[in-house]
Amino acid sequence: MAPSPAASLSLSDVDGKRELRLAGRLDSYSIAGVWPDARAALDAAPNVPVLIDTSRVEYCDGGGIAMLVDLLRQPRPPEAQVSVVGLKPQFQTLLDQFDPVAMRAPPKEHEERLHTVAEIGRAALIVGRDMRVQVAFIGETSSALWFAITHPHRIRWKDVWYTCEQVGVNALPIVALISFLLGIILAFQSAVPMKQFGAEIFVADLVGLSILRSGAAFAAEIGTMKVNEELNALTTMGLDPVRFLVVTRIIAALLMMPLLCIFADLIGILGGALTMISFNIPISAFLHEVDSLVDVKDLLAGLAKAPVFAILIAGIGCLRGLQTQTGASAVGISATRAVVSAIILLVVVDGIYAFVYYLLDI
Amino acid sequence: MPAEPIIRVEHFTAGYEGNVLMRDINFTVNRGEVFVILGGSGSGKSTLMKHMIGLYEPMAGAVYIDGDDIVTSEGDARRAILKKIGVMYQSGALFGSMTLLENVRLPLEEYTSLDDDAIDLVAQMKLKLVGLDAFSGHMPSEISGGMQKRAAIARAMALDPTILFLDEPSAGLDPITSAELDLLILRLARSLHITFVIVTHELASIYAVADRVIMLDKRTKGIIAEGDPKVLRDTSDNPWVRQFFRREAAPDTIAETA
Repeated sequence: MAPSPAASLSLSDVDGKRELRLAGRLDSYSIAGVWPDARAALDAAPNVPVLIDTSRVEYCDGGGIAMLVDLLRQPRPPEAQVSVVGLKPQFQTLLDQFDPVAMRAPPKEHEERLHTVAEIGRAALIVGRDMRVQVAFIGETSSALWFAITHPHRIRWKDVWYTCEQVGVNALPIVALISFLLGIILAFQSAVPMKQFGAEIFVADLVGLSILRSGAAFAAEIGTMKVNEELNALTTMGLDPVRFLVVTRIIAALLMMPLLCIFADLIGILGGALTMISFNIPISAFLHEVDSLVDVKDLLAGLAKAPVFAILIAGIGCLRGLQTQTGASAVGISATRAVVSAIILLVVVDGIYAFVYYLLDI
Repeated sequence: MPAEPIIRVEHFTAGYEGNVLMRDINFTVNRGEVFVILGGSGSGKSTLMKHMIGLYEPMAGAVYIDGDDIVTSEGDARRAILKKIGVMYQSGALFGSMTLLENVRLPLEEYTSLDDDAIDLVAQMKLKLVGLDAFSGHMPSEISGGMQKRAAIARAMALDPTILFLDEPSAGLDPITSAELDLLILRLARSLHITFVIVTHELASIYAVADRVIMLDKRTKGIIAEGDPKVLRDTSDNPWVRQFFRREAAPDTIAETA
């Protein structure tokens, strides 16, 4: 089979008229070679009539027709019109379906570039709106928590225990692993006294990081409920989603976080003890050392962070979940936003704690 | 029995972000009837229903449910209205972490002071009404789509509402399951005198259950037909309405293809 002839274009100027002769196959692949040239030939002669001779076109598909329409639709003065002649009848019917004038590209909407100041203002408005949502959420959650405290029998304890299992029990392996390893590492650098790891400041951070997973899980869970209209179902039952979903999760996190911290303390000390044993330091000596360096104040300084971190992580997870939009990607976006916001908040709040502890000389 | 309106929608305008979806519409639903809101895709029928149950706030107008306007109601007054209605969402919206029985129990636990055994019994009876009493211990993910919708109806009926709203009950169901659901709706409507407001575009379902329909249209942003569906099919002088009931392509699409 002979290779199909590619599209070709030749042009001539006769009697103040320009003539474009197209030949060969005009299909979606071959037209790329002639389309720009044809447009250029047209644009180069804006004030003379142009005749497009297609009598030697053997084949023309939708792409070829599109090129012809493009050549026909260019706005030109009335005395310099473009016309297509000699197209085979079967291709002519394809071309006749389109009115080139109607196919003119709509003028590009000139999106007004905002002034930098206006841009900043708009961004600030968006931040402001987000802040307002968060403040409203804090308010709703606080009032729902207050209601829960004053009406403990109205708390859905079954949901609380279930969430405790997710937040607390299921977090044990990861918390154990991290604090054990950290205990070993710190003991190896054992110049670093136990105080540094100590029941103190970092444990809460560490456990906070490891229950970030719960915050993301809350966001995903509540987000999915929103997508599935379960939140609407609660609302039309007259039940407040904040009281129903957020309060139970925050209570569960509040209950579990301090326990996880104590657990991490113990496992960390265990890791340190194992290291010391490998250095032939008797365990009693190690424990004595720990006892002399770490006091209850250190333990409490760590534990004091726990409830705040718990509220932050659980709260932000729930908020992001409630804010979930519709669509398949929405839940993933909410989970990601929950993690990001929680990390930022953890760092900020930790800074505040560090400052306060510094002032209090803890 | 003379028709007594239980829902009145008055001078109701709704839309999204300045885009008006329906303008100044008025209609009533009578006590005990099966009332169907229909319309093509994008006509706003689901949106209208979500306004009627108070999920969205309209741009203007009022929705009176048994005499009280749900739009302006708040707090306890809103809850009092919500107790009169039950809603079945398109996906069922059963709580995925609870069994069917727990799903039906939930509204009872929250609103009644019945003891545990009594709540169990009431919930079981609701499941029995929809033929799911044998599945009370199942999780929503363990049952079929049709069963999920029936369970959602059971949950919606937990507090014996006077009005049940169903959003697209036949969506995603095979014809037989869909027909069974129609029978269930009719049975509940006739035996328990529940008023049904149903959003659907499933013709077979409409003919099977509807006492009266309204048809929304996105071009006119309003109601273009109201009445008995079979009568509308045969006598409406609106070409759109006739096409809809005869399941034909829209008039302007036909003109284009001709």
